[in-house]
Amino acid sequence: MSTFVQITVLMSSAIETGFQEKIDQDIRIEPRDWMPEAYRKTLIRQISQHAHSEIVGMLPEANWITRAPTLKRKATLIAKVQDEAGHGLYLYSSAETLGVSREEMIDQLHQGKAKYSSIFNYPTLTWADMGAIGWLVDGAAIMNQVPLCRASYGPYARAMVRICREESFHQRQGFEILLVLSKGNEAQRRMCQDAIDRWWWPSVMMFGPNDDASPHTAQSMRWKIKRFTNDELRQRFVDVCAGQVKLLGMHLPDPDLVWNEARQHYDFGPIDWNEFREVINGNGPCNKERLAARVKAHADGAWVREAALAHAQKNSIREKAA
Amino acid sequence: MDNQYTVQDKTSWPLWEVFIRSKQGLDHKHVGSLHAADAAMAIENARDVYTRRMEGVSIWVVESRHIHASNPDEAASLYDPANDKVYRHPTFYDLPDELKHM
Repeated sequence: MSTFVQITVLMSSAIETGFQEKIDQDIRIEPRDWMPEAYRKTLIRQISQHAHSEIVGMLPEANWITRAPTLKRKATLIAKVQDEAGHGLYLYSSAETLGVSREEMIDQLHQGKAKYSSIFNYPTLTWADMGAIGWLVDGAAIMNQVPLCRASYGPYARAMVRICREESFHQRQGFEILLVLSKGNEAQRRMCQDAIDRWWWPSVMMFGPNDDASPHTAQSMRWKIKRFTNDELRQRFVDVCAGQVKLLGMHLPDPDLVWNEARQHYDFGPIDWNEFREVINGNGPCNKERLAARVKAHADGAWVREAALAHAQKNSIREKAA
Repeated sequence: MDNQYTVQDKTSWPLWEVFIRSKQGLDHKHVGSLHAADAAMAIENARDVYTRRMEGVSIWVVESRHIHASNPDEAASLYDPANDKVYRHPTFYDLPDELKHM
């Protein structure tokens, strides 16, 4: 190695050490600060995946807006879906501060190159699914997101604070839907249990692979863009839900679910990782439908984007002339 | 300003930074950014995105490209001179405890 190369290597590792020291001291990293390329790339992937999940996540619920049972439920559902759009936007904006453009991210989604949460590839078959999504899916999301309010990257953490503030209503309205159904007639109670049966395992999978199959976790935790491991968060979710389901007089579809006094946690049954991989890799029940809906919405909106831009340009020329 | 990296192509809407006054008497504060074709649309979108729950009574938007920011690499030389000017702080002055209302 030449002296020049040696010095360059030493210098860059000194900068990198300084970066890690900042993270260790809980000093937030801001967009214009130096950061390792891998940190930037990991964040772009994590934040854009999360943004895509919010946007695709509007689809399963939008399915029920026209068929919500009451005006109150309809207004709530519209507000919730609008929130998801907002959350997608907060996240896209924070990813943009890392040097990726909105168009690039949307292209990656539409070309099937970017991932989004596997949960949104399941169908919403009954009204009770709106309740189960709010309680379980949003519940799992909150479990994941609350620690991210302390993520090391400033714009990401700030977006997460705003999102978490809004998610709480999503989860509560979902639980309320199930609570009302659980006190209804036999058919309604059956519908409630059926929705829980279908959404439970996909929600448990939302935390991602087991820790020993999650190679990036250690580095992400060192960088504080992940604060707890997948399995830690999953355990916390199971513990909370196992208690909450009792209030509904329903049960979680897991014969192995049992309180473990020694661990002070619930033990739970094996996860079907095969199903998880299938859904992640595009073979879930609704993958094609979801992506097609997104691509169509984007294509159908193209003339609006162009017209708005042309209108703005015409106005600015007029203003200059005046 | 958070978005200095973003490059706009010719067909995409420009990026705007959004500032919101949460209530009368307080400063406008940066809350985030969004894309819009013009200022009017930026304000409308900012209302829908950043004030859905009474977070604001006034919105400012400014196109991101108009914001100039200090360089974080120069932070040390830019802000260090303030460190040795402790006499700018009220606690620097030694006064008797009996002195009231000051």
